[in-house]
Amino acid sequence: ISGCSWWSEVQMGPPDPILGVSEAYKRDTNPKKINLGVGAYRDDQGKPYVLSCVRKAEAQIAAKKLDKEYLAIGGLGDFTKACAKLALGDDNEVIKSGRNITVQTISGTGSLRIGANFLSRFHTEARDVYLPKPSWGNHTPIFRDAGMQLKAYTYYDPKTCGFDFQGALNDISKIPEKSVIMLHACAHNPTGVDPRPEQWKEIADLVKKRNLLVFFDMAYQGFASGDIDRDAWAVRYFIEQGHNIVLSQSFAKNMGLYGERVGGFTVVCKDAEEAKRVESQLKILIRPIYSNPPMNGARIAATILNTPDLYKEWLGEVHGMANRIITMRELLVANLKKEGSTRNWKHVIDQIGMFCFTGLKPEQVERLTKEFSVYMTKDGRISMAGVTSGNVGYLAQGIHAVTK
Amino acid sequence: NHKTLETSWLAFLASDVHPPHDWSSISWWSEVQMGPPDPILGVSEAYKRDTNPKKINLGVGAYRDDQGKPYVLSCVRKAEAQIAAKKLDKEYLAIGGLGDFTKACAKLALGDDNEVIKSGRNITVQTISGTGSLRIGANFLSRFHTEARDVYLPKPSWGNHTPIFRDAGMQLKAYTYYDPKTCGFDFQGALNDISKIPEKSVIMLHACAHNPTGVDPRPEQWKEIADLVKKRNLLVFFDMAYQGFASGDIDRDAWAVRYFIEQGHNIVLSQSFAKNMGLYGERVGGFTVVCKDAEEAKRVESQLKILIRPIYSNPPMNGARIAATILNTPDLYKEWLGEVHGMANRIITMRELLVANLKKEGSTRNWKHVIDQIGMFCFTGLKPEQVERLTKEFSVYMTKDGRISMAGVTSGNVGYLAQGIHAVTK
Repeated sequence: ISGCSWWSEVQMGPPDPILGVSEAYKRDTNPKKINLGVGAYRDDQGKPYVLSCVRKAEAQIAAKKLDKEYLAIGGLGDFTKACAKLALGDDNEVIKSGRNITVQTISGTGSLRIGANFLSRFHTEARDVYLPKPSWGNHTPIFRDAGMQLKAYTYYDPKTCGFDFQGALNDISKIPEKSVIMLHACAHNPTGVDPRPEQWKEIADLVKKRNLLVFFDMAYQGFASGDIDRDAWAVRYFIEQGHNIVLSQSFAKNMGLYGERVGGFTVVCKDAEEAKRVESQLKILIRPIYSNPPMNGARIAATILNTPDLYKEWLGEVHGMANRIITMRELLVANLKKEGSTRNWKHVIDQIGMFCFTGLKPEQVERLTKEFSVYMTKDGRISMAGVTSGNVGYLAQGIHAVTK
Repeated sequence: NHKTLETSWLAFLASDVHPPHDWSSISWWSEVQMGPPDPILGVSEAYKRDTNPKKINLGVGAYRDDQGKPYVLSCVRKAEAQIAAKKLDKEYLAIGGLGDFTKACAKLALGDDNEVIKSGRNITVQTISGTGSLRIGANFLSRFHTEARDVYLPKPSWGNHTPIFRDAGMQLKAYTYYDPKTCGFDFQGALNDISKIPEKSVIMLHACAHNPTGVDPRPEQWKEIADLVKKRNLLVFFDMAYQGFASGDIDRDAWAVRYFIEQGHNIVLSQSFAKNMGLYGERVGGFTVVCKDAEEAKRVESQLKILIRPIYSNPPMNGARIAATILNTPDLYKEWLGEVHGMANRIITMRELLVANLKKEGSTRNWKHVIDQIGMFCFTGLKPEQVERLTKEFSVYMTKDGRISMAGVTSGNVGYLAQGIHAVTK
């Protein structure tokens, strides 16, 4: 019976570089092991943290005994409206004139993929998407599987562990017109290196001159600086400057809704009429992928965003998470100095958001994992969220040992 | 550093306010056409806009109780309470989903003691309900089943099957299935067409409660189909969106799927828990590939993960936790079986009532198919012009292929419905 095989030519594929780290961590029996792989926030005891405002929202929702009828293809209206306001600002002219279409998506990945599929189908003047070098690993297969071609522009400077501003401008100035350029709105993943406002202004100018289609990925609004509006500044500036952007948002990190899969995809159009046409085509694209999005996380997010007390509490909790990370950055550098490291670790404090691009080379990363059971991606990226006052000393020992 | 950020931020705020830009001339999307509304979901949208108090929505296949209200299963509420009490975290699921769910999902379809599961030669991943499962399957076939590009759907099939496979890069073809003369199964027509399908093509079979017709093959007909499909060496893709809903019995509704596997077909299978657990908006489903052996299943699993990760990374947790709790808790499982049976029974009763009312109205047409057909839908045999009248004059909303969702029929509205149907068909 089992003799027939349709799949004999199917090769064993490699594990996901990021999620595979967590799988390897789970298998490790060393009691001192640290997981600095996936960007999932941990409290100072190293435990997953479900936000208090989320628990309250869940209780409110449960009490309403709502039904489980399908959401619209574009998702929960109360969520998508609030999602757009969060990104663009309550009084944004775009929202008032109805020239954005915002659909609920399966977190950030789902949003990026819908965007990629939409560009592939409708942005026929150009096939190329320019990612910063480096970018989140999953960006590449998302756009590739959607039928786009991947290119890159200089971004990270390994010599300074900072932003290569001139390198970026040079590369961007050569991007062919109408190409898509991906920008990380804040807390660049994996480097943690963000442009300063005056640098963003020059980038916006240049991108406008080159007539590029801007795709903003905002997965960490609130997480970078601890301030929702500050983190959205670049997105809002570009829109003010007349860029009709597309935007992906995730609530995985800033609301801790990871597994609930809550996100949004926005297209800023020329006017409300265009937004209606774009909306109709987004729905046609989404329906044969998953019909309509999952309700639970969107209800939680909508409740928080639309209930003043919960919203206020949420802002405080996001600020608290961002602050703990900033504190861990400072502690890690202090501990590295205490270990006797003479390397320049300033970038650990200058970088922003959940991740730190340590500057460790693949061989050093491998030693750190094998000898110290510290799990991270081989590009040298560590999730600061996985660092605690309890493990930062051991982490510093390990990093110093492989870099001295 | 953060001080620099602060300084830059303050400097920016103090700078000149930028004058409003003329953005109305910039448009990336001027060539984007207004697309038509989804034929099925568009029906509900039109229904919502109608102000007629007698309006009936027989469009989407979502179960309603006899008051016409959405029905959240009692076992679901209990499962939710259990889950809430545990105060679980919200960490990402694995790419392939919640293990407690996927194991139970496979057992539900294949049977607890199925040899496939025991030998580990299936890979079952959690998906975004039935649509998500079909699309993952379509994408997987498109990438790995390179010997053939064609998917053969029954004529007719669920409307969304076509764009699912097409957007995944497959070509759509069809085999005879429904006989409009009898409003039943065109068995000979199906066999004729299937006998000509090129080897290694993909054939889509609805496991039970065919959508939109409600017409299912009888077991002895399934056996002949299985034989023929084996001879033609076709790759079978089963869509099982209504397990439990067709006959009221979970095992009976999965019979065809299990028979094909027994006969040596290494099938692919989509399952949905939208209807049978009423989990519609929670988006709970599964996709299974029955492989030659456990080693092959591991290879296939690795490639499914590589395919899924750039679509949505990992699936939504809430609905899967509910389904897993029900499937894995004996009391809740038992209660669930009873509730599914109850939903199926109410639909069967409505079929009988509709036919009785049509006769009472004086209709002389043969409405036997309304009772013979099975599951949530009834293919009335109404023509598009008749459907249009039914909607315009009676505010009865349905898809223009004449399909009605029996779940939307109640003892309260069945009389009015019969009036309307009789009026447009007499």
